Amino acid sequence: MVTKTKAEPEQASERARLDKIINKYRKQKGALIPILQEAQDSLGYLSEESLFYIAKATKRTLAQVYGVTTFFTQFRLEPIGEHLVRICHGTACHVGGAEDIDATVCGHLGLSEEGGTTDDMEFTVDKVVCVGACSLAPIMIVDGVAHGRLNADRARKVIKGYQKEK
Amino acid sequence: MSKKTRVVVGLATCGIAAGGVSVMDELRREIKKRKLNVELAETGCIGYCFAEVLVEVEKAGMPKVTYGDITTKDVPELVETHLVQRKIWREKVLLIEGRKTAEADFLKRQKRIVLRNCGLIDPESMRDYMKKGGYEGLKKALTKMAPEEVRAEVLAAGLRGRGGAGFPTGQKWDFCARAEGADKYIVCNADEGDPGAFMDRSVLEGDPHAVIEGMIIGGYAIGATHGYIYCRAEYPLAVKRLRLAIREATRKRFLGKNILGSGYSLDIIVKEGAGAFVCGEETAMMASIEGSRGMPLPRPPFPANKGIWGMPTNINNVETFANVPWIIRNGARKYAAIGTGGSKGTKVFCLTGKVRRGGLAEVAMGTTLRDVIFGVGGGIKEGRNFKAVQIGGPSGGCLPAALLDTPVDYDSLPAAGAIMGSGGMVIVDDTTCMVDLAKYFLTFTQMESCGKCIPCRVGTKRMLEVLIRICEGRGVPGDIGLLERLAYDVKDASLCALGGTAPNPVLTTLRYFKDEYKAHIFDKKCPAGLCVDLVTFHIEPDKCTGCGVCVRNCPSDSITGEKKEPHVIDIETCIRCRECLRRCRFDAVYTV
Repeated sequence: MVTKTKAEPEQASERARLDKIINKYRKQKGALIPILQEAQDSLGYLSEESLFYIAKATKRTLAQVYGVTTFFTQFRLEPIGEHLVRICHGTACHVGGAEDIDATVCGHLGLSEEGGTTDDMEFTVDKVVCVGACSLAPIMIVDGVAHGRLNADRARKVIKGYQKEK
Repeated sequence: MSKKTRVVVGLATCGIAAGGVSVMDELRREIKKRKLNVELAETGCIGYCFAEVLVEVEKAGMPKVTYGDITTKDVPELVETHLVQRKIWREKVLLIEGRKTAEADFLKRQKRIVLRNCGLIDPESMRDYMKKGGYEGLKKALTKMAPEEVRAEVLAAGLRGRGGAGFPTGQKWDFCARAEGADKYIVCNADEGDPGAFMDRSVLEGDPHAVIEGMIIGGYAIGATHGYIYCRAEYPLAVKRLRLAIREATRKRFLGKNILGSGYSLDIIVKEGAGAFVCGEETAMMASIEGSRGMPLPRPPFPANKGIWGMPTNINNVETFANVPWIIRNGARKYAAIGTGGSKGTKVFCLTGKVRRGGLAEVAMGTTLRDVIFGVGGGIKEGRNFKAVQIGGPSGGCLPAALLDTPVDYDSLPAAGAIMGSGGMVIVDDTTCMVDLAKYFLTFTQMESCGKCIPCRVGTKRMLEVLIRICEGRGVPGDIGLLERLAYDVKDASLCALGGTAPNPVLTTLRYFKDEYKAHIFDKKCPAGLCVDLVTFHIEPDKCTGCGVCVRNCPSDSITGEKKEPHVIDIETCIRCRECLRRCRFDAVYTV
């Protein structure tokens, strides 16, 4: 696992943020998942250090915390790019050509078909299972905004739109 | 005094994805610019997903009109024609109240109980919900009925679990009511993980109070002390609206301590799932609520006796709960009058795929597949031919045209090899390869298998390997028999329903589309022209404009042709990457 460690000064503020989240759930039984969710929301991803810290603060073993983190697809152990592109691979999107959207977006960004993060940390491409907007298939979600009724051409244009922002 | 003019925009996830928020903003600007006295409101999913963005206009002296496929560019003309000139803008009309339009069948052929308020009320307004009779069922249950009477009513209604298994809800409640424990939990399963199903999301986004009211009634019936709604994290809008609805219901004393002075108390917490299909399984979901890896446990003990934190727990699906207030308010007899002998009431289906009118369809149990797909859904897109309908997601099956007259209920669908499931209906035409579709579902279940039991973990993997081999043209004689054997092993020996139903897509495609498997294995051909290793790429001269886009993007330099003249693909050097097919704007590239 390659984790990017941030520079020293930031770690104190990260710890403070984690403390706040952990304290919020101190009285709730079995709140590990919401703690991990909020930690990821706040820090972008769950670094090795954060997992150690959460395990210690919630009196769990690291194995327990790591086990939960790797079981659910929502959690990430590596930092993500500026823009998060989630390409839906639900059934409706699949029969509507999601593979082509995948190939186009990944090809355009110079990524393998598996997705991942671009070297300049601008884009992360993820495959997801059904976002529940099947009538607009095929669909992808960029930074929380859904773009539906795609074809290869339109998908490329959408990505170009985010590239232009800079 | 005339009624105030009202313009309503459908803003569920689909509406937003189609650009609903910008349409709303544009409407606001246009109305302000023209200084019109108009109330602008939002609603949940109306169900006409195929025609998003939807805008409804109510104006005194005119029938209510629903416009479809509205973009921001349409807004000025819509406002000018309908609101200023008081004329119906024919071009984008979907529905006119009381009149026949081309798309009116979509709603007319439905029977809406679960979706009774979806698209009619503002989901963020409790007052709207109460105006439609909301919380009347709860008042009746808590003030006029004993818990066992509520259970008997739900049992008499014949309501069965809408999450897929179809267990009688009243009976499930009885089990939990009789179990002993210091605490009791009532859980709403809103972890709608089936790809191709979004009815639970639509209900949660469009009518969250209906689910909460159903849960409180259920909680009262079994004596629950705490409630959880386990909702997919992929549904942020549903989570937000649920939390808002819980706050409002608590403020009105429908939740919390001593509800309506009845002495009954309940609190509800929304738990967000973290992305694991297996968590739709009851015991896996409970593990996840307790903060562990979501892995299923053997049953018995059943959740009704030993559930969350070892306490009696009752889990029902979103749609099941949404039925409950209606049943209590209108009585079991009225509910049981709808449907068939063994399946009462209605079922919500999500019509998606190659169907012309995709969206939410709630029909009485026992309606035939043909009525749903062709009557409500309006048939197949682009004049193509119906090939199959996939019902029930990764646990379900694919049924062919010959079975279109199968009624949708808990007995007929399993007999045909499919299941009711949660209600996803993906319609495919002749451009879909059934072997590829089976491979798609197996890829999904294989990935989502939690890995606890060997039949599911290893069995689905072996099945997937065979399917990949067949799709890549490396299938060997005997593969069909091998697939069948593996399928029955996985089905019989898996710990939970995920593995127990995972082979269904393979078994039904083998049962109804065996010819396609044979074509892949023996002739090395994909009849649908989809499996890239088994097809060759060609350009249709009549459609090709000679624009050269394919030439520029072909990585193997296999395309040649003069400018503005039809081009040709050299099938000897073509690497079948599909790039030309994706790039061509004139649909000139085809596969054989």
